[in-house]
Amino acid sequence: MDKFLTQLGEIFQSSKYLELFLGDIWETTYSTVIATAVAFLLGTALAVLLVTGEKDGVRPLPAWFMRLLNIAINLLRSVPFLILMLFVLPLSKLLLGTTIGTAASIPPLIIAAAPFVARLVETSLREVDRGAIEAAQAMGCTPGQIVWKVMLPESRPALISSFTTALITILGYGAMAGAIGGGGLGKTAINYGYNKYNYAVMLVATVLIVILVQIAQSVGGIAAQKSDKRLR
Amino acid sequence: MIKLDHVSKTFGGGESEVAAVRDVTLDIAQGEIFGIIGYSGAGKSTLVRCINLLEKPTQGTVTVDGVELTALSEKELSRQRQKIGMIFQQFNLFMQRTCLGNICFPLELAGWDRERAKQRGMELLELVGLPDKAGAYPAQLSGGQKQRIAIARALASRPKVLLCDEATSALDPQATRSVLRLIQQINRETGITVVIITHEMAVVEEICSRVAILDQGTMVETGTVEEVFSNPKTDAGRRLVYPDGLPAEHAPSTNLVRIAFDGGSVYEPIIATLAAEVGVKVSILAADTRNIDDKAFGTMLLSLPQDPGEAAKAMAYLKDQKNLSVEEVADYHG
Repeated sequence: MDKFLTQLGEIFQSSKYLELFLGDIWETTYSTVIATAVAFLLGTALAVLLVTGEKDGVRPLPAWFMRLLNIAINLLRSVPFLILMLFVLPLSKLLLGTTIGTAASIPPLIIAAAPFVARLVETSLREVDRGAIEAAQAMGCTPGQIVWKVMLPESRPALISSFTTALITILGYGAMAGAIGGGGLGKTAINYGYNKYNYAVMLVATVLIVILVQIAQSVGGIAAQKSDKRLR
Repeated sequence: MIKLDHVSKTFGGGESEVAAVRDVTLDIAQGEIFGIIGYSGAGKSTLVRCINLLEKPTQGTVTVDGVELTALSEKELSRQRQKIGMIFQQFNLFMQRTCLGNICFPLELAGWDRERAKQRGMELLELVGLPDKAGAYPAQLSGGQKQRIAIARALASRPKVLLCDEATSALDPQATRSVLRLIQQINRETGITVVIITHEMAVVEEICSRVAILDQGTMVETGTVEEVFSNPKTDAGRRLVYPDGLPAEHAPSTNLVRIAFDGGSVYEPIIATLAAEVGVKVSILAADTRNIDDKAFGTMLLSLPQDPGEAAKAMAYLKDQKNLSVEEVADYHG
């Protein structure tokens, strides 16, 4: 216990630790945001295919294609993140020339999160009132116009919530990536904290992750609520 | 303006095939308000969706304003649909758009420039009596107001046809009236052809000029509202026109006749004279009469005496009356 308190004291007195944690916060934030943004775009595109392409959708696609798409998404979702990350690391090597560091963890994060985002967004898009889509069809909307002008705008609040959920999940994935060469708060918690018996560092890093999650959740929640014109 | 030629629509296939619309042929003239009435499940909503091809008919052709829609490609169909406005029971407004945004939606599709669309939108808000709701969101409106916005949206691109699918069914009687008035007013001012789908007699009575009765996907009766409502010829028609007929358990199964008043200016005291002049007493089991265009229409369900001779005398007397048709009711189901 004494050791722990001493370590904790060091953290708050030493500028070395301040720099370490500030740097970690930045790395965690930027990798999470970039990975989420790209995963969200990919996932949304997949979700649009899932919703519009089904038998009763606005632009039905061949049944074999839909089955393949569903199987691929389920498959990627069921592989545990850390294992998937190991599989995808060669891609980082190809794209970025390295498998170590914060940037290298971004491609695996995207590939791991996109199928998950696809399911989240799929649910949001399905919540769009069928009647509104029917009205749009009656007015002469093409399938593309229905996606851009009706489905996406009408599900905006749900999409913002989905984005928030995705961001938080990817933040968690990113922290796990710290165990196998990723950067940021997760790496510090595991490498500097857990592995070197500096539990104070582990605690502080964890608390910082929790704070980031709380901020993301609050901002996302407020944004979703503000954007929803049904609640006035 | 609207021509349906032997239109059928079936859902599913093989064993589970369900025919929602069976062989409907219909010709609706330019500028008329045409009612299609039937119980829920009669296929009305499917039929109206066959007009703008939201449902593709499995058989038959649909022609609107001289264009055979059933022969068009998807792309051409999208363009033609801009000539057919539609409103719905649940309004189907875009909840994340303002009222003005909703009304301008079809104009965006048609590629109008922003300013002109906005101007047209404001005009329409004025027309439907909600000029102050431009910036409001649908969630802030009452049902009647939402339907007015939906009407404005349906009219934005100056369609030639307005389809109304149970448009007043979710509204209270007052809002129903004012929405119907609005539709009537627009019909008179612009000459737009209106098709109204409803299960409510009162709606048809209030604004339609012609009506078709749909039962289990088949069009069983069609004609002017006066003709059809004064003397419905089919079971389905009678059930619709006189829904408050008497409950089956109270009706003896024989010696029942239904008399229909078809347009005399007053109700003759038929039953009283029958007793006084012929000496036969009958009982009234049910009566439903109404006033259309100051003429009396309606039916009564009478129970004749058990004695065959008495019953025959009564029948003879009733058949003699002017403005009255008589028919025996073999099997009354309420």
